[in-house]
Amino acid sequence: MIKVIRKTALYAFLTIVAVASVFPLWFMLVGATNTTQDVLSSRLWFGSNLLRNLRDLTGVQDLTGALWNSTVNAVTATVLALIVCSIAGYGFEVFHSRGKDRVMSILLLAMMIPFSATMIPLFRMFSTMGLGNTTLAVILPAVSTPFMILLFRQSSRSFPHEILEAARIDGLNEMTIFFRIFIPTMRSTYAAAAVIIFMNAWNAFLWPKVILTSNASQTMPMLVSNLVAGYVTNYGVLMLAVLIASLPTMIIFLVLQRSFANGITGAIK
Amino acid sequence: MTITALTRPDTTAEPAPGDSPARTHRARRQPSRMRVERRRSLTGWAFLAPAALLIAWLNFWPMIQAFVLSLKTGKGARLNFAEPLWSNYARLLKDDLFRTTLGNTAIYLVIQVPIMLIMALILATILNSKHLRWKSLWRTAIFLPCAVSLVSYSLVFRTLFATDGFVNDVLMGMHLTDHAINWLGQPGTARFVIILGLLWRWTGYNMVFYLAALQNLDYSTFEAARIDGAGPVKTFFYVTVPQLKPMIVLTAIMSTNGTLQLFDESYNLTGGGPANASMSMSHYLYRIAFQNNPNVGYASALSYAILIMVAILALLQMKVGDKRD
Repeated sequence: MIKVIRKTALYAFLTIVAVASVFPLWFMLVGATNTTQDVLSSRLWFGSNLLRNLRDLTGVQDLTGALWNSTVNAVTATVLALIVCSIAGYGFEVFHSRGKDRVMSILLLAMMIPFSATMIPLFRMFSTMGLGNTTLAVILPAVSTPFMILLFRQSSRSFPHEILEAARIDGLNEMTIFFRIFIPTMRSTYAAAAVIIFMNAWNAFLWPKVILTSNASQTMPMLVSNLVAGYVTNYGVLMLAVLIASLPTMIIFLVLQRSFANGITGAIK
Repeated sequence: MTITALTRPDTTAEPAPGDSPARTHRARRQPSRMRVERRRSLTGWAFLAPAALLIAWLNFWPMIQAFVLSLKTGKGARLNFAEPLWSNYARLLKDDLFRTTLGNTAIYLVIQVPIMLIMALILATILNSKHLRWKSLWRTAIFLPCAVSLVSYSLVFRTLFATDGFVNDVLMGMHLTDHAINWLGQPGTARFVIILGLLWRWTGYNMVFYLAALQNLDYSTFEAARIDGAGPVKTFFYVTVPQLKPMIVLTAIMSTNGTLQLFDESYNLTGGGPANASMSMSHYLYRIAFQNNPNVGYASALSYAILIMVAILALLQMKVGDKRD
């Protein structure tokens, strides 16, 4: 009897947590298809205002431009960060030495430097270099992060040494071993890292807002934020913009979820 | 994946894109007598050089520059060292708005981080149990908020908690209140909404880390505790928590760091309002550094205050993590 009650309580608790987690997303999804009045009167089912909201949104903001900018920024950042951090993590683990350990612990200190503390000099530096409003300036600070290097170093531990030795005996050079053997073997770590980097890059707000000052280089989060800057907010349009800004990261997460979980689990062994 | 396309089928000395310049200098094709060990060590350095140089250039160097800037005053490009040098810091101590934002950030930190980490731990423990059904459904639902950007969820919460919004409709429908609550218009409730938002967005994120750590633990420790007659609560405190301590310290440091730099929520959810009552330190920093009349020197001093707080709290947490072993 107690067991049944305990079980029911457990599932009830999980249901409440899950509903609370998903509800704001549902609200956003149906809100995108409703008028601003319907959103405010808490209509929780789909309406027929989707196309109208889309027309109003593209009327006031350059939606395709922002989507394009966000995509370029996030994809470039992800590819560069994956290469730079994974090769470094691999280097630390496979070519392990005391000197490299010391470098690693210095790099880990960078984890404690809040971005707020480097933002102003970075802005001044990139501006003097004439890099304001460029993709490079937006993504560079996100390319090499101690957290990602650590993730790849940890997961390199599970990379079998026999494969490495065999490849060396076969005469493959270190670069080839890394690209042709390590990367394919560590697919789930790469997937997990890619999910994290892409999400962070796609969702970044403060730094893009600081370094991108022209309207043409605006990203999705900046577009969404601008929608509430006026006096009157059209909530249907706002929910649609929020939905569009969230779809790419949500789809990527749902598709790569399994490898994501495996990658994280493998990395923190 | 895109990266595999960068691989070259041949093994000539041509450097691949993303390769470090250091490696091209390495005379790999020469029949040198260099010992294999030494060559490998150099390869290792070349592998980690791009990442290390980027961190030095974009983290450590600006950190030093920020300190120099924090000693300067002036507008625009004409910056001079302040007289006395520490005057920006002295001004910070007397700044009422800085105290308000510091207090707000402290409230967010002290209330939200512990609740979030405990919730995440409990959820991870539940999801790790072998007998639970629909595991991946629960996990997906609880993690899904993390896929939404901070700006997006801030605006969804802002809509939900609008005076004529969903939350008030529900509360009035249930007769819990007879008038609409102005959630974002009062200091206490505005801060409450931000805390609620943070909990919603980050609990699942931390849960994933705990879950991953739990899955690496030996499940037999839990079985043993059960056989010894320990209930779920005892097992949680005496078996789960001690084994997860490194991960708890890591997540605590990450959350502290994140909360001290809170910006998106303050800027988008409440706009820092009402009357700056819910503004975070980073939001204030942004305002001084980039809005109206930018004061780079003073903003840098504030940024250093944040840096010092992050460092102290991280050290404290690591100390606590080391003890009790």
